[in-house]
Amino acid sequence: MKSLAVFSKGTSIKSKHSADPSNAFRVVVGKEVADHIRSWRLILLLALLVLTFLGALYVSLSNIRSAVSNTQDPDSTFLYLKLLTTTDGTMPPFHVFLNFLGPLLGIALGFDAINSEQNNGTLIRLMAQPVYRDNLILAKFVSALMLVGTLFFTLVLLMIGAGLCITGVWIEPVEVLRIFTFAILTVVYVGFWLSLSVLFSIAFKQTATSALAAIGVWLFFTVFYQIVVNLVVGALVPRQAILTETDLAGYNEMLLNILRLAPSQLFSDATTTLLMPSVRSLGPMTMEQMAGAIPSPLPFTESLMVVWPQLSGLIAATFLCFAYSYYLFMRKEIRS
Amino acid sequence: MENPVIDLKGLTKCYGSLKAVDDLNLKIEKGEIFGLLGPNGAGKTTTILMMLGLTEPTSGKALVCGIDATTHPILVKRKVGYMPDSIGFYESMTALENLVYTGKLNGIPGNEAHQRALDLMDLVGLGDSAHKRTSVFSRGMKQRLGLAEVLIKRPEVIILDEPTLGIDPAGVKEFLGLIRELRREQGLTVLLSSHHLHQVQMVCDRVGIFAAGKMQMEGNIHKLSQTLFAEDSYSVSITVREPLPALWEHSDELREIRDVRELRITENLVQIACTSDVTPDIVRFFVAKGLDVMGVHKREFGLDEIYQKYFDNNLIENNTDEKSRSIFKRYLNKK
Repeated sequence: MKSLAVFSKGTSIKSKHSADPSNAFRVVVGKEVADHIRSWRLILLLALLVLTFLGALYVSLSNIRSAVSNTQDPDSTFLYLKLLTTTDGTMPPFHVFLNFLGPLLGIALGFDAINSEQNNGTLIRLMAQPVYRDNLILAKFVSALMLVGTLFFTLVLLMIGAGLCITGVWIEPVEVLRIFTFAILTVVYVGFWLSLSVLFSIAFKQTATSALAAIGVWLFFTVFYQIVVNLVVGALVPRQAILTETDLAGYNEMLLNILRLAPSQLFSDATTTLLMPSVRSLGPMTMEQMAGAIPSPLPFTESLMVVWPQLSGLIAATFLCFAYSYYLFMRKEIRS
Repeated sequence: MENPVIDLKGLTKCYGSLKAVDDLNLKIEKGEIFGLLGPNGAGKTTTILMMLGLTEPTSGKALVCGIDATTHPILVKRKVGYMPDSIGFYESMTALENLVYTGKLNGIPGNEAHQRALDLMDLVGLGDSAHKRTSVFSRGMKQRLGLAEVLIKRPEVIILDEPTLGIDPAGVKEFLGLIRELRREQGLTVLLSSHHLHQVQMVCDRVGIFAAGKMQMEGNIHKLSQTLFAEDSYSVSITVREPLPALWEHSDELREIRDVRELRITENLVQIACTSDVTPDIVRFFVAKGLDVMGVHKREFGLDEIYQKYFDNNLIENNTDEKSRSIFKRYLNKK
């Protein structure tokens, strides 16, 4: 160890630095983003997502001619929306893929946010610096979400660009709006799973446990939830023969509402409405409501009104998870 | 002590029914090096965490630089550098990047943080490894890097939790020398916790002996040994050729000798504590019993004995035990 001169240089006058917390927040976000970008994890996820996207785009491009020329379909004029939703049955369209890739992305980016730092002994070092605890989890959340946002907007823009190049058809402003809203919605959906996995990373000490817990929740909602709800409702609802039509509709509505407790259902409801302008309602409609309706696409604002509850539901669930992780983390004792 | 840098008032921390820290009062003045000594699980780390506001005390107050660490942890963290006992760094980043990151978190602009980090790495002897990833660092190197990290924010107080763990003896000497020098040049206040007595002995102005959540004693080492061993100030170790049984038949007889207070037999080593120098009597006793005395060693008490005395008492006997209580009371009254 050498002389202390290097340390004392300029220390006689203690330099005043404004260590304001927003600066610390920016520093943490910067570091987290850099970490994510350099990690193998993100590269793998990126590869997976890009492959899916290219696959879906390829399938839809090869079927786009028949989809657009189908005059029965009121949405046939929206070429770019068709690009995202058309399929020949060999592969699900992109937005359905996202329904289960989104959670994977969110979980993978967040499941070890806090506990890996704790296990490595870096968390206590970090907490000994003038950084607010909530800033840390917020930074973890925001940095992952920034990446996801960039990723989806890039994909969507690529899709529009590719569509322009290949088909040469001018894109309608309303399509741009719908596609961008779809991208925002996807980011919110991933954000929900991200905040859930951050919550688990605070609650569980082992990274493997938190990953498993998050994947468990995801599997439950994608696979078992529907089965369970159908089973329970099937057991409780009287036989169809003795039900009037309004009762039946009521029960159907109830079933749908229960299913909507699952975030994936909210997401698929919302994306379907956004990408298929002719969808006017997400529940069953009575004959009276249908009467006189012309099968035509809804304007963008109307579609947005239809999905508004879904969108706010997803945002609310995200905030709930985040608030709870905040609560847990504020009171947590950190020791290595 | 009008203006202590660290002032703990009746600090208590309970984990369920376990009292990890029990009504701790401690004052450390500016420019002092204070050693917190204690066995594992004595509550040293918990106390330190409370000083940094990383855990909430059940009752009592921790004031650091006059700021309440529980209610204003951020202000405290700006002034205090803390090095945890098991230190970790971001392994995907180089040592330099790790330091710069910490510097930036403390509001130091990028260029300056970079310069300071390089200077400090030189200072702690890691100048050549600045651009290596910390995943290849040995424990000792991480410890040095930890010290550099503590210093990068130019703190007023540094708290080191087991700082010498995992450093080789030469490194320890350098490390402690550096701490002493920092104190002299910067007027830093240093609190270090350890269970390595000799190291603490080398640098600390005062030590506090901490066991079972309580500060058993504090003061400088010389005073400590004087007050503690006023009665048993001599210790004689006798090595005999043949190992003795644990329940030696003559042990009671040996205790009868004037001023002999305690006796401990481990195989062929007999340790005898006495209040006056009765070495000749003891040797005569052994010779009379027909034992082959191989060596006689007389010594005065040092920190080892202080440590042993306190910690053995506390580990074996619960601190609710009346006997050990009365011993402490006696010592504390004397002091």
